[in-house]
Amino acid sequence: MTKEISKEEVERICDLANLEVDEDEKEKFTNELGDILNYIEKLNELETEEVKPTAYPVPLKNVLRKDEIGESLAQKEALKNAPEKNANQFTVPSIMSEEE
Amino acid sequence: MELYNLSISELKTKLNSGEINAKEVNKTFQKRISDVDEKINSFLKLTDLKENRGKSDNNSLVNIPVAIKDNMSLKDVETTCGSKILKGYKPPYNATVVDKLKESGANILGKTNMDEFAMGSSTENSAFKQTKNPWNLNRVPGGSSGGSAAAVAAGEVPVALGSDTGGSIRQPAAFCGVVGLKPTYGLVSRYGLVAFASSLDQIGPFTRNVEDSALVMNAISGHDPKDSTSISKEIPDYTKYLNEDVKGMKIGIPKEYFNLDIDDEVEKNIREAIEKLKEAGAEVEEVDLLSAEYSLAAYYIIAPAEASSNLARYDGVRYGLRSDKADDIETMFKNTRSEGFGNEVKRRILLGTYALSSGYYDAFYLKAQKVRTLIKEDFERVFEDYDLLISPTSPTTAFELDSEQTPLEMYHQDIFTVPVNIAGLPAISIPSGFDNKGLPIGLQMIGPHFGEGKILQAAYTLEKILDLDLRPDNLEV
Repeated sequence: MTKEISKEEVERICDLANLEVDEDEKEKFTNELGDILNYIEKLNELETEEVKPTAYPVPLKNVLRKDEIGESLAQKEALKNAPEKNANQFTVPSIMSEEE
Repeated sequence: MELYNLSISELKTKLNSGEINAKEVNKTFQKRISDVDEKINSFLKLTDLKENRGKSDNNSLVNIPVAIKDNMSLKDVETTCGSKILKGYKPPYNATVVDKLKESGANILGKTNMDEFAMGSSTENSAFKQTKNPWNLNRVPGGSSGGSAAAVAAGEVPVALGSDTGGSIRQPAAFCGVVGLKPTYGLVSRYGLVAFASSLDQIGPFTRNVEDSALVMNAISGHDPKDSTSISKEIPDYTKYLNEDVKGMKIGIPKEYFNLDIDDEVEKNIREAIEKLKEAGAEVEEVDLLSAEYSLAAYYIIAPAEASSNLARYDGVRYGLRSDKADDIETMFKNTRSEGFGNEVKRRILLGTYALSSGYYDAFYLKAQKVRTLIKEDFERVFEDYDLLISPTSPTTAFELDSEQTPLEMYHQDIFTVPVNIAGLPAISIPSGFDNKGLPIGLQMIGPHFGEGKILQAAYTLEKILDLDLRPDNLEV
């Protein structure tokens, strides 16, 4: 069984992942992703109907702690790496365009 | 012998006795770096060294210089993960391993080069420089922790930390002729490690020998309330295991692994090493294990899926790169990510996004998680009867720079290392000899969860039997 992935599908996932790739790259990615997905098909050789999924390899229970105030980053520290900031806030380009 | 060729335990002895002092140690490694790093390119950044007081015991590393992979947060020092998207980012806090190293008296010497976001097997995916293999400068050091492996091999530092998601400590350790240990998932805190695939990532040491690996594990292991996946467990003194050898130890050789495509010289070398362990008193038998191909296939769903989610945070808002070619926020997100990420990272984000997208989740992600259960149970079954398993670390020795492999060919570099991460097991790679080109070969020992002690014990025995000279001879200055 061969898994095909179309260029349109690659465009759709680029959109979901907030990535833009140019036409040449898109072509390349389409082929490479197709190859990888084909390889992954191998998993269907294994019967897993009754198997429970594993999210973490070492069994973990819910980890809870007391709701106490501990140390945290000061606002100034947290903002130090911001590409743009203003009045103790992160600044970003406009979210709504003017026509809206 | 030159000071830079000494192991941690040798340096500790000389420091404790006063034969050398902290200043000499610091100068030795700084000079070695200035002599050879222009050839090797292990480091992205060097930091200032201090002279700490006190003497070392089995749990401390007073005045031992340590390099860390550039995905571990070092307060106020640029931490890029080998990516343009984090250029200029200075973490406002330390990773827990950094705090633990500092508490043990060690000095952080610098940050090492890596494949971007730890995605790769050659360190060629770094956005900044190409690290070379100290044994042959036309070859890769392996990856993704190639800078850390090369730095230790070249005598630039006695120990470096790396991270291992699918083999990123063990494979470069094998390629560079050093010891690399990937601990049990949860044994070492991941707090402050830039996340790639959270259910697979684990930090561990590169050292010149097995004893040093035990010493570093003593210093960095243990529960951390800041990492909810870290395990609450008494940490033994790992050096105590080195007093015992392999007599009576039961070692399994996974048949299905040796049926895969392995370089002839590598296979011959590994089989000879196994024979030597047998002569030393180990009971060796072939065992059945699910093919490593299933692990690799499951890995290339689980790791990209987790990565696509983890890497969603790089959007140009709070830190790192922001594209200046955007008037609205949507375009800013897209341009920042498209300009900031390299091709391998994009490829894996796309693969992961696809595997998690509506309509494909069950067929890919859920299927992979179920296969993960089968792989884990398969290992658990084998470890009921065996203390450890042995395989090659990598099917080949270090390959040439710019080897133009397809992504799938490159992924097969990790065929023997990936199953270990899928099951969360500990494993070590130790040098077991050289091929006819003089390139190091690595042997992998895999243990059950929290079986680090037995692995170190067997590795230490083999290291003593083989007694290899592991100093690359082409770095004369």
